Amino acid sequence: MQHRDTVHFYLNGKAYSVKPASPTQTLLQYLREDLRLIGTKEGCAEGDCGACTVTEAALQPDGSLAYRAVNACIRFLPMVDGKVLWTVEALGDAAGQLHPVQQAMVDHHGSQCGFCTPGFVMSLYTMYRKGLVRPDREQVLDHLSGNLCRCTGYRPIIDAALDMHAYEPVVPDDDLVHGQLAQLRERCAATLVIVAGGSRYIAPTTTSELAEAVRQDPDAVVLAGGTDVGLWVTKQLKTLPNIISVGAVQALHEITLDDDGLRIGAGVLLEEGYEAVVAEYPEATELWKRFASMPIRNAGTLVGNLANGSPIGDTAPLLIALGAKVVLRKGAQRRSLNLDALYLDYRKQQRDPGEFLEEVWVPRRKPGVKVATYKLSKRFDQDISAVCSAYALTLDNNRVKAISIAHGGMAPTSRRAPRAEQALLGRSWNEGNVRQAMQALEDDYQPMTDMRASSDYRLKAARNLLYRFYLESTGVDGTRV
Amino acid sequence: MQASTYQTVGQPLPHESARLHVAGSALYTDDLPERHGTLHAAFGLSDRAHARVLAIDLEAVRSAPGVVDVICLDNIPGHRYLGPVVADEPVLADEFVHYVGQPLFAVAAATHHMARRAARLAKVQYEDLPITLTAQQGAEQASYVLPPVRISRGDIEAALARGPRRHSAELTCGGQEQFYLEGQVAYALPGENAEMQVYCSTQHPSEMQSMVAHVLGQPAHTIRVECRRMGGGFGGKETQSWQFATVAAVLAQRSGKPVKMRADRDDDFLITGKRHDFRTRYDVAYTDDGLITGIKFEHQLRCGYSADLSGAVADRQVFHTDNTYFLDTFDIRSLRVRTNTQSNTAFRGFGGPQGILAIEYVMDDIAMRLGKDALDVRKINFYGREDRNLTPYGMTVEDNVIHELVDQLETTSDYRARREQIRRFNAGSTILKKGLALVPVKFGISFTATHMNQAGALLHIYTDGSVLINHGGTEMGQGLNTKVAQVVAEELGLDIGRVRVSGTDTSKVSNTSATAASTGTDLNGKAAQDAARKIKAALCRYAADHHGCDESQIVFAGNHVMCGDHPPIPFDIFVQSAYKARVPLWSSGFYRTPKIHYDFKTLTGRPFYYFVYCAACAEVVIDTLTGESRLLRADILYDAGRSLNPAVDLGQIEGGFIQGMGWLTTEELWWNDAGRLMTHAPSTYKIPSISDCPAVLNVAFFDNGNAENNIYQSKAVGEPPLPTAVSVLLAIRDAVAATGQGALPVLNAPATPERILDALASVQAPLPTILPDDDTLAEAPPAEIGYD
Repeated sequence: MQHRDTVHFYLNGKAYSVKPASPTQTLLQYLREDLRLIGTKEGCAEGDCGACTVTEAALQPDGSLAYRAVNACIRFLPMVDGKVLWTVEALGDAAGQLHPVQQAMVDHHGSQCGFCTPGFVMSLYTMYRKGLVRPDREQVLDHLSGNLCRCTGYRPIIDAALDMHAYEPVVPDDDLVHGQLAQLRERCAATLVIVAGGSRYIAPTTTSELAEAVRQDPDAVVLAGGTDVGLWVTKQLKTLPNIISVGAVQALHEITLDDDGLRIGAGVLLEEGYEAVVAEYPEATELWKRFASMPIRNAGTLVGNLANGSPIGDTAPLLIALGAKVVLRKGAQRRSLNLDALYLDYRKQQRDPGEFLEEVWVPRRKPGVKVATYKLSKRFDQDISAVCSAYALTLDNNRVKAISIAHGGMAPTSRRAPRAEQALLGRSWNEGNVRQAMQALEDDYQPMTDMRASSDYRLKAARNLLYRFYLESTGVDGTRV
Repeated sequence: MQASTYQTVGQPLPHESARLHVAGSALYTDDLPERHGTLHAAFGLSDRAHARVLAIDLEAVRSAPGVVDVICLDNIPGHRYLGPVVADEPVLADEFVHYVGQPLFAVAAATHHMARRAARLAKVQYEDLPITLTAQQGAEQASYVLPPVRISRGDIEAALARGPRRHSAELTCGGQEQFYLEGQVAYALPGENAEMQVYCSTQHPSEMQSMVAHVLGQPAHTIRVECRRMGGGFGGKETQSWQFATVAAVLAQRSGKPVKMRADRDDDFLITGKRHDFRTRYDVAYTDDGLITGIKFEHQLRCGYSADLSGAVADRQVFHTDNTYFLDTFDIRSLRVRTNTQSNTAFRGFGGPQGILAIEYVMDDIAMRLGKDALDVRKINFYGREDRNLTPYGMTVEDNVIHELVDQLETTSDYRARREQIRRFNAGSTILKKGLALVPVKFGISFTATHMNQAGALLHIYTDGSVLINHGGTEMGQGLNTKVAQVVAEELGLDIGRVRVSGTDTSKVSNTSATAASTGTDLNGKAAQDAARKIKAALCRYAADHHGCDESQIVFAGNHVMCGDHPPIPFDIFVQSAYKARVPLWSSGFYRTPKIHYDFKTLTGRPFYYFVYCAACAEVVIDTLTGESRLLRADILYDAGRSLNPAVDLGQIEGGFIQGMGWLTTEELWWNDAGRLMTHAPSTYKIPSISDCPAVLNVAFFDNGNAENNIYQSKAVGEPPLPTAVSVLLAIRDAVAATGQGALPVLNAPATPERILDALASVQAPLPTILPDDDTLAEAPPAEIGYD
């Protein structure tokens, strides 16, 4: 296996080949400290404020071009290997011609203190590059969901986004970007191995190489999007053990749909994974949009969210309710496991040393199944759930033939509600039985109190969400603000 | 609004740095080029809320990679205790720690990351002491940072007993983290002969200068503090930038190297103070029409471990407890409670929003008790135009426009028809309920500390006709520099492009006040105008001499100078000739706010030069199953006088409203039982995000001038918009009330989904009967001390 220790990427039109000082040096540190590109800001160093937003281009498995806004603050420099990047400095110059997104921001008074502004500009620029030059309001809100502004109240920024088409258009240079990505693909053919700063980073290019690396080094951190691992470095100040990245394995970026179900590889981003799940289960659209901000969904992976196994990860409740399975792999060996069997206790999984989550399998929609998933948090966008619930219900003559109820935020892991399910199974789907199941949830869960919500609220809300599901399943609308 | 008769003033010009902002080339303190050898500093923080420090072992810190210096309180060469009013804050902790997050020691290392890592390696032995966390706990223990204050008029007990109706209850409201996007940062550069230059993200460069001088034990003239701009301040950088500035300076002096101290976001949350959260108990008597005949308040403010600005914040809460209402007989008591938490500090509104919330909540209580529309109860209590116009603090309200302003908003927001629509919606909707509230605001403008109402400016005209203005205010995004440039351009008849405002610098304009209390433009705009007018006067004398025309006929306009019958002279040509005639082309300017005075011992006088009036009408929908809420529409009407820059002012109004909404809805500060703040970053502390901006947000300006001679008859716009967001909280309460059978909803703030669900439960229960303990309220001591 050929190795290289140099990260290759394009930044603002120029090719870079860099040996990182440490595998966990962040892209933001590199931009600000090494290159003195100070337009990109640090607001939180945890991917939550968007002041560090940059635009990234990558080739999709089908060869098409994808533009994404990502957070530089929690992106390790080796993770941009093979990518084409832009920072705010690549756009128009203050003294000269501004890019349409910048001019729209100026004309609509979209900046006050200006500190968040480069991040907003880059989210807008990403939309522009994607061809979303005439977005509707919902698209604007979705694409700017990861950018916080404390000054403006956002109205002028929304107006700028809605108006960016009104300016002299910038001719897209997709061919040039394609060429750069093709060039990088050649340069990045050999496996990236970086040994620096006390740890080793390896980015295998095939699944078997990856599996072997994890098997041989079971204590290594398996890195996908880094939206959580990044915080171990920036917030907990940890020195990570060896890192094995799944990002360079092309096969793991694939989503396949067959008669039985949907297979989502470990490298598939949240944004794309949810898009595929939502195509089958449109009821999950709201959860998709509220799962996290656009830049986080552009960086984190769907399988990574499952592998992380946080009790408040929003993917698990939905996929548990849908009856998803995960494929665990160790070396050449694979086994399949129901997703709800993966989680044993807080941050404890039925996963052997050297084993990793290769993919998740989501069954196709069965006729007649009613599905819903709800998320409760203090803020609608980019917040962590107090409670996340999911339901899959099959009725036969208004009797409950099958039901699966799962929650996040209610227990040390995402888990089902067997007593509530039992209270419904085989019975009529009516308010009286649903109320009994609501009561049974108190036997299923003893949630904790923390800064997100009290135990009482969580239980009460979980009960009421089941009631909401009942109402919606019987055709009542007007149940969501 | 009337068309402006001015050329530049009144124009909706973009922010002077807008192009730099969008290009990423606006420089903030952390963006300045670093000098060779720059060290980076970090604090080691207390992880106990209240403890005696028995031993502190810093060996591992000292020997960590890259560490150059480690300091404790003993290493501070000059004053070791500081504070803006009372010197009760140690630069680094002494024998005791008073909150989780208090800086214990500081490290200087080769990189930011190394300093942060090293700072976590200390081994500290603590002896835990009892902790006091909440305002209520502290009030029960009579634990205060400053003595209680009370103002009253009439026989309150008799008025309450007389009724004819009476109601008492309490309200709690959470605090708010400033969450400036740019965290606290200071960069100290040692110079020759003990000089120290400090770049600091601060609203108060002069205070930073003074504190650095004290901590180093040096005269002020050795210290120079500069701030070109901040990435937001909101009050959080009024005093609390001091610890970063002073410790960076000490480390720089010791090492002889430049030292930068930039707080990681979590550290910033843990170290610095926030908006004061509070608990208010009240007892009110009123007529069948809803007219208040007597009202008693006790405000308990959580001040944190030290005084900081809490005295002035608490005073301003008292000064805004009347809001737009005449209170005939009242008794207002204010407790400044000491707790083992961050030292709460300035935050946009500075106690005003807390006072306004308290009385507005009571207005809704009265309306609900009487079954009246809350707007009608508000109107009946408004200050009169000619009578019923004396505030609790003895100032007569002379510029009252609240009647007309609220009438206008009532019409433009279609309040009555929407009230009816909402009633119908609620009747037909089981799960979702809507609510509506229209809340007026009267906000007093001026620092209550009279001496702070002064400003200076320094204006240079160069021989190419370009103009540079420096003033004592700081730019934190509010558009102060844009407005000051407009004033100068207007005075000199120049295009705005010819005028540049330079960063705030204590070596240019000295002894400046904080940029705070919404006064930035009022004070510094006037000082800049004074400087411009002085130069203009000198230039007129010269022109009259030189061109033989009458001084009074000389006009500066359109980048030219018109002297009688002479052809207009281009400004640059004109100033070159003046320069050659040895006319000084620079001047200082000064301004002090007239008319104001205030006795902090009795809390009486005229603390405010004038009032800003505004109002907002908010419509919300809530989910009664989950407690989720959403703002559907807001209409705001604002009295900006003759706005200097409607675009900038609009931004302040909208931004203030949304920020206020965050305070009262999603932004929750949560300490665990050990006193550790668990919401310490944007992952856990939720300021409004873009989808929280309502789809319908109508903002309009009320057509009014300023009755006082404020700069170009404008009015301030920084803080008053924030409390208009009380309308959002009360609209939620209105929606909650729609689910009950007339019971009074208990809705505390912030109205998170959980609190809304609690409020929904409260209307299903019998009427709350929380009566204030009359003994404790009656025993309030007289006012003893105030803010100096």
